[in-house]
Amino acid sequence: MDRRKFLGALAVAGVAATIKANGAMHLMSQNLGTSADGTSVDLVAVMGGEPGAMFQRAISEMGGMQKFVKKGFKVAVKPNIGWDRAPELAGNTNPELIAEIIKQCFDAGASEVLVFDNTCDDWVKCYKNSGIEDAAKKAGAKVMPGHQESYYRQVSIPKGIVLKEAKIHEAILDSDVWINVPVLKHHGGARLSISMKNHMGIVWDRRFFHRNDLQQCIADVCSLDKKAVLNVVDAYRTLKTNGPRGKSEADVVLTKSLFLSQDIVAVDTAAAKFFGQIEDIPLDHVKHIENGQKLNIGSMDLEKMNIKRIQI
Amino acid sequence: MLKKIRVGLALVVFVFITLYFLDFTGLLPDWFNFLTRIQFVPAFLSLSVITVLVLVVSTLIFGRVYCSVICPLGVFQDVTGRVAAFFRKKKLRYKFRRARTFLRWSVVVVALAGFLLGVPVLLALTDPYSAYGRIVVSVFKPVYVLGNNLLEFIFTHFDNYTFYRADVSIQGWGAFVVAFTTLLVVVYLAWRHGRTYCNTFCPVGTVLGFLSKYSLLKIRIDHSACNSCSLCETNCKGFCINSKEQRIDYSRCVACFNCIDSCNKGAISFSYGLAKRKKQQTEMDESKRKFLTTAVLSTAALPAVFAGNAKSDKAKPTPMAPPGAISTQHLLDHCTACHLCVSKCPTHVIKPAFMEYGLAGMMFPVMKFSDGFCNYDCTVCSEVCPNGAIKPLTVDQKHLTQVGKVVLNLDHCIAYRDETNCGACAEHCPTQAVTMVPYKGALTIPKTDQSICVGCGGCEYICPETGKAIYIEGNPVHLEAEMFEEAETKEFDFGGFGF
Repeated sequence: MDRRKFLGALAVAGVAATIKANGAMHLMSQNLGTSADGTSVDLVAVMGGEPGAMFQRAISEMGGMQKFVKKGFKVAVKPNIGWDRAPELAGNTNPELIAEIIKQCFDAGASEVLVFDNTCDDWVKCYKNSGIEDAAKKAGAKVMPGHQESYYRQVSIPKGIVLKEAKIHEAILDSDVWINVPVLKHHGGARLSISMKNHMGIVWDRRFFHRNDLQQCIADVCSLDKKAVLNVVDAYRTLKTNGPRGKSEADVVLTKSLFLSQDIVAVDTAAAKFFGQIEDIPLDHVKHIENGQKLNIGSMDLEKMNIKRIQI
Repeated sequence: MLKKIRVGLALVVFVFITLYFLDFTGLLPDWFNFLTRIQFVPAFLSLSVITVLVLVVSTLIFGRVYCSVICPLGVFQDVTGRVAAFFRKKKLRYKFRRARTFLRWSVVVVALAGFLLGVPVLLALTDPYSAYGRIVVSVFKPVYVLGNNLLEFIFTHFDNYTFYRADVSIQGWGAFVVAFTTLLVVVYLAWRHGRTYCNTFCPVGTVLGFLSKYSLLKIRIDHSACNSCSLCETNCKGFCINSKEQRIDYSRCVACFNCIDSCNKGAISFSYGLAKRKKQQTEMDESKRKFLTTAVLSTAALPAVFAGNAKSDKAKPTPMAPPGAISTQHLLDHCTACHLCVSKCPTHVIKPAFMEYGLAGMMFPVMKFSDGFCNYDCTVCSEVCPNGAIKPLTVDQKHLTQVGKVVLNLDHCIAYRDETNCGACAEHCPTQAVTMVPYKGALTIPKTDQSICVGCGGCEYICPETGKAIYIEGNPVHLEAEMFEEAETKEFDFGGFGF
């Protein structure tokens, strides 16, 4: 086996020596890198750092951004920008985290990064006062509106139980990959707002969700064919009460944590358990997570997973 | 020279005030709203004594410069006239017309009586600034937004998101019909009849015209140089120069200075009372008397006509005046429906009323939650209102201003009725006057507390139930909400992840 690997590497090196750096070589070198690693990490949990630093650490544990974003890719980054709230009030995803993710996408060779959300408050105020518009633009991303129906296209959701079709934002549909970046929040209706709930910002008609069993519709939309390549849960500040908007800073706890996984059910399970340390919301009350597992979107069984827990 | 100064100033004021009304992206800084604050009726209603004094004194010195430079409806007519001249093969020649004094003062009396007797729509209809505001917001703005959306389409096609699509829809059909009719009348008159609108219907023009009879500086004809060639008369869009008699009706002179440039003999000047005046005729005495009696009689009947309409329907929900309006009555007493607040409201909550305030308050701004809800931290409407109808609020004051109260109809609530999670109302509630409380197992249902509700309408707007299980009942007089209680603060111990 070693010999074969060596010969393979030699051959690759030989080819690489004749071709100048290009996309093909990039992919080859990457494949070698991951196969050499062997073990795959299912979920990374980081605690104790700044938002950008925690993401750097988490993504490197997962094998680096280039594992998910290839050269020339068009990437959509979907934070939660739902509310006209300052970053300190934890109503929206942390702007520093968004900036770091965008930077890593470009470092991995992304040709374009789009950032958007279908907001609840006036979108202009949300984009501005969340600090995300500024941070994203500074990092080189394009900030796209999501406030009008014309930005959304009808897509069928074959696996959905209640939600069979939905209008999805074109930034998601037209991307090569998209990254889901929710913030961990209490939620009066869905009980918690994490990665799965963040999908409500990629759809146009949210009232349908609320009318027709919210917890099932959230799971249904997550069964969309075009799944997020990564789910990054921002728990730098956690909105513990009066979510998803929050009344004042008293609703916010500084938790300095971050969770990262490709498995949306797993990462939400982890984040929900984490939240349980602050406020008592039983995991089975956050029904959309269980509904997600039933749809085979992911697994709640964290015991069987390879989880990296990192304290910075 | 005087004409050039007039045209230059007028164009600057006109372009910027129009743009200020149209702008929805913050293109123009906030201080441009001073252009709305120097308008006569708004200054009068907001009791801006200094502004009114400046306008009156400047009229007593220069004549109706307000009409020629500051009033956007006035300048709009000049612009229309220019456009008309461009399309016309033969130059239009104006000819002196007699003053329509009776009609002019009738409008003033009707507007004033309406204002004093609780039919404010009459002043709102006739105030030129407000009429122009409505034209811009109801007619021009949709076109402006369409243009923006066209640019957005082109730019977005090339993956450039500098422009964003905006809502083209008309905010109120009643107001649109009024604005469009006003536009048609004004354009028709300006196309062929110069400033006839200003000298026939406009109450501000009438009042300032009266003052300008006594103004210090006037257009004066040097009778020794004048040969009554009528060149000035054919150029007078106020129809106020009688060249045969070498006489000017100063009440209708809008200080446009066109006559000065037109005179070959240099017989016309804008000057202090040196030229000899021919004695003015006193033709209007009788008509004045007749006019007064009819005016008093007709206006006495007005409120009765309108009032019946206002109180007819008890079942209708109480209309909500925007935060800062103090009360519905205060709004009706001060507003002239210029629709600046309608245009500037970022969430399209403020709409021109149809019959919400009754016929007497038609077109006045009312809060409706069909397209959005009032942003908790936003105070834009109170900042832009030039009339003092919506008084300025700080963000802290806004947070405690209760324009209405939440009413929950639990039987229609999806969470309660269908027993599936929803919580859309509480989600949008900034004070948690609507909050989700445990009901059955994982299920939560809304619970309301009117004392901390500000009436922002977030709950009503977002309620997915078609019949609305939750809505806001307006406060006829705005109240002070109680401050909500903050949550208990907690510190995280960083012990572990919990899984």
